[in-house]
Amino acid sequence: MKHCIDLTVKSVEHINEKYVLVKLTDNNPLPEMKPGQFVEIKVEDSPKTFLRRPISINNVETDTNELHLLIAIVGDGTRHMAKLVPGDKLNVMLPLGNGFTLPEKPSDKHLLVGGGVGVAPLLYLGKKIKEMGGEPTFLLGARSAKDLLMIDKFKSVGRVFITTEDGSEGEKGFVTNHSILNKETFKLISTCGPKPMMVAVARYADNTNIECEVSLENKMACGLGACLCCVEKTQDKGNICICTEGPVINAKRLEW
Amino acid sequence: MATLNVNIGNLKLKNPVMTASGTFGYGVEFADFVPLEEIGGIIVKGTTLHHREGNDYPRMAETASGMLNCVGLQNKGVDYFCNNIYPTIKDIDTNMIVNVSGSSPEDYGECAARINELDNIPAIELNISCPNVKHGGMAFGTSCEGAASVVREVRRKYDKTLIVKLSPNVTDITEIARAVEAEGADSVSLINTLMGMAIDIEKRQSLLSIGTGGLSGPAVKPVAVRMVHQVSKAVKIPVVGLGGICTAEDAIEFLMAGATAIEIGTANFLDPAVTIKVRDGINAWLDSHGCSSVKEIIGVI
Repeated sequence: MKHCIDLTVKSVEHINEKYVLVKLTDNNPLPEMKPGQFVEIKVEDSPKTFLRRPISINNVETDTNELHLLIAIVGDGTRHMAKLVPGDKLNVMLPLGNGFTLPEKPSDKHLLVGGGVGVAPLLYLGKKIKEMGGEPTFLLGARSAKDLLMIDKFKSVGRVFITTEDGSEGEKGFVTNHSILNKETFKLISTCGPKPMMVAVARYADNTNIECEVSLENKMACGLGACLCCVEKTQDKGNICICTEGPVINAKRLEW
Repeated sequence: MATLNVNIGNLKLKNPVMTASGTFGYGVEFADFVPLEEIGGIIVKGTTLHHREGNDYPRMAETASGMLNCVGLQNKGVDYFCNNIYPTIKDIDTNMIVNVSGSSPEDYGECAARINELDNIPAIELNISCPNVKHGGMAFGTSCEGAASVVREVRRKYDKTLIVKLSPNVTDITEIARAVEAEGADSVSLINTLMGMAIDIEKRQSLLSIGTGGLSGPAVKPVAVRMVHQVSKAVKIPVVGLGGICTAEDAIEFLMAGATAIEIGTANFLDPAVTIKVRDGINAWLDSHGCSSVKEIIGVI
């Protein structure tokens, strides 16, 4: 069941000048959310921020009844969210979309590849894999060491491998160049990040016969499969709505 | 509690609030948020004789107080609707209305004839105003002869309530309204989206895959209210008003301008429960202003 509720801002943590971590809570228990699902946020600000903003679920803390959103400040809507203060109300529609496939067995080796703000949903996915008794492997890419996000948090959940384009941390290059890919064999890859990165990861997975799920972020309006704006072409079903049949989709279905 | 029921021809609405085609799916998408049976009417996504993939992505751009879209009538065709979707929506206890589009009068007629066979679809809304398809759609809605030819063909094959959705992208919308009235339309609904464009100045290209799109949302409301007012004075059939309605006050403006019922479109994307809030707001306004029926305010301007 989907909900449209006013949540309360518990804290807003400025990770750096480009990213904030917004923690939301409510008096009632938050609805159940799956890794890879997203929320749509109403930004009460200006006529320029007219539509809701789709934001992926970074983490859910059941003990403290918190929903965490890692937000890249890119436009008027996200800039407004970065200015929220504890106690503010935020109207949130959730949970939306399908979510990532979890490994069948805890022992299945699962690689989680993220880049930029696309690392956000992988934290919650990793946490769920860990709760199953598995050990997620994160492969996180960024331009430079300063662009890496929440690395300590990822390390608390699983193994972390890093690439940076300038070599300032981890291996130099792109995620698909990392040596871990030659050393170990994975059963399943989940990826979220810039499209060129996801295309490269999907090709790598295809070449090495690994199941691969990508999380897309097409521009959308309703989030409910009604407006048909966020479509992606698939090989099996033509245009599908990313908000309802995604955002997570098996890479084999895409025309990439 | 004021009386909210209104009639569009033979179609009885429990209240004047309907949903605009293409903004509310088939209703079921919103069932978690809204008691669907409490909405006056649900106008489902545009349906064509044959399957349409629609236009390429990107299909949407946010603009000040509105949005542009160029979805291009993506739908699985009328057979799929009749066989697969109709069974899932036919028992929703409100007026389920199908928006019908096509690329020739014969297409429209055949599609309408198929819908005519469905017991629980009491009306169609004929879309002669879609700005996002190359052939048909708005091409019919921008000339009196084009509009009349489609309505004439459909009227021969469709005997339930026929609402014709008009394009605002014309010099004089009242001429088109009169032309479709003369061919036997039971009602006109207006406005469809206004043709617009938005540009990504860094990429030096349109934000939409086909260059242009239809503008909707509060940005178009004053234009829509004006056109509803003009058309309601020009025709005798009831007018359904839409264009940027977000609140009960917006809806009341349309009713006062001459609309017998209203449709809520883009606002469904902002608040999935907006339809019921607008209905309740109309009722509260009527109560607080000593009106016993919504009919007391229709066309008072």
